[in-house]
Amino acid sequence: MFDFTILTDHFGTYLKGFGNTAYASVLALAGSFLLGTLLAVFRITPVKPLQWIGTAYVEFVRNIPLLLVVYLFFLGLPSIGVVLDPFACGTLGLAVYTAAFIAEAVRAGILSVPKGQMEAARSSGLSYGKAMRLVVLPQAVKIVIPPLNNQFINLIKNSSILSVISGFDLMFYADRIASDTYVVFSTYIFAGLFYLLLTLPLSYATGWLERRLARHD
Amino acid sequence: MRQRKWFVLGLAVLVLTVVALAGCGKKEENGSGGASPSPSSSGSSSASAGGASALEAIKSRGKLVVGVKFDTRLFGLKDPASGKVDGFDIDVAKGLAKELLGDESKLELKEVTSKTRIPMLDNGDIDLIIATMTISEERKKQVDFSDVYFKAGQSLLVKKGSPIQSIADIKKGTKVIGVKGSTSVKNIAEKAPDATVLEFDNYQDAFTALKAGQGQVLTTDNAILYGMASQDSNYEVVGGTFTDEPYGIAAKKGNADLVAFVNDYLKKLQDSGEYDKLYEKWIGETPMKE
Repeated sequence: MFDFTILTDHFGTYLKGFGNTAYASVLALAGSFLLGTLLAVFRITPVKPLQWIGTAYVEFVRNIPLLLVVYLFFLGLPSIGVVLDPFACGTLGLAVYTAAFIAEAVRAGILSVPKGQMEAARSSGLSYGKAMRLVVLPQAVKIVIPPLNNQFINLIKNSSILSVISGFDLMFYADRIASDTYVVFSTYIFAGLFYLLLTLPLSYATGWLERRLARHD
Repeated sequence: MRQRKWFVLGLAVLVLTVVALAGCGKKEENGSGGASPSPSSSGSSSASAGGASALEAIKSRGKLVVGVKFDTRLFGLKDPASGKVDGFDIDVAKGLAKELLGDESKLELKEVTSKTRIPMLDNGDIDLIIATMTISEERKKQVDFSDVYFKAGQSLLVKKGSPIQSIADIKKGTKVIGVKGSTSVKNIAEKAPDATVLEFDNYQDAFTALKAGQGQVLTTDNAILYGMASQDSNYEVVGGTFTDEPYGIAAKKGNADLVAFVNDYLKKLQDSGEYDKLYEKWIGETPMKE
């Protein structure tokens, strides 16, 4: 059923794609986490214009297909004279897209911390920023981990969008192997295994983190 | 005041991230170098054409049935509005019908694809295939080919005024655009090993990427490239062909009289200069002489 010679004959090719997928995922993960958290803070801050920016970003980006976001970088930027290579376009697109979902997860986490916490911190003399950073956010982190894990897993899988714009990721090389060998099923099954190599450890790591943080409750 | 400081800091982090992301790209070292076994199809079933000659059969029927492409710009393309099929291949078929039956309207066109054309010929659904079909040794086992009627081959499409004018101009760092899984991508990796090859799912995506400046050259069969150049006059086909993919007209195996008739017609077309006119009408330039 499985043609293992595909895996052994093309291991180097798979590995190249795996490396690029991992690299794109890590970059997009870091970028989307920072951007997403910032947007979440924008959305709950008392400053109105920042709320508007946060809301507009989330509602716009979250409600269009990922492919469109990536095309914005890949085909849109060149029309104003900026040509980034496909890998950069794909990674940027992933980060920008995922940030919208992360913003919502983080915002929900912060809002789920009882209001009294913020009020108590403010009345004991802490500024808004300090109260957020020292009192509310540490409590929110625990709540946010499971939904964030979901988003990160989605991000890794969504990174296959790079194959559409020739981003040399795992799926791109799987396409190449399939068209070189005409062995389609096995080729993509093995590609799936490489994706699992990225997503499963991430799931376990966050599961472990979740349990550790729960200990202090 | 403190609050604002945090926002400024946050914005700075954001900008830095974006810049960092934009800066890092991955380069591809060319060619995965996998062996590519071709699908073997050795058993060609050549049911002999029976006693009566194919030519006589067509004449007594009073109609020539030709399999053509309906989806290939410049060669055989169906206009969805009028339902009419037009192209280089179509004009050749019309000429053949006129030559054989005295009237170019005594022609029936049937749509074929690369996959269906040989089975349809074998079944007797069509008399001839005129459908951008490359003459190859493998196919010669299955059908009888006429002489070459169109010299196709892999070529290059560039923006007008590009420094790249032939395959020799493709240097290290040149980004060449192709279509996933096509032989032209493998060819270019061999002939210009230093180039970075970007691969897309289909010709439309590949052409869009070229227009967006993601690469400097698009490579595939010249027949397809001419079609793209006819869509957008900012682009031109350069450098001639660097592979040989001659198109032939195919008849069912054993129909020697039909093939001989087609060859006579093609020769007439050449000698009268009619061929050059036809070529110019569709391709937009005169055929290259060797």
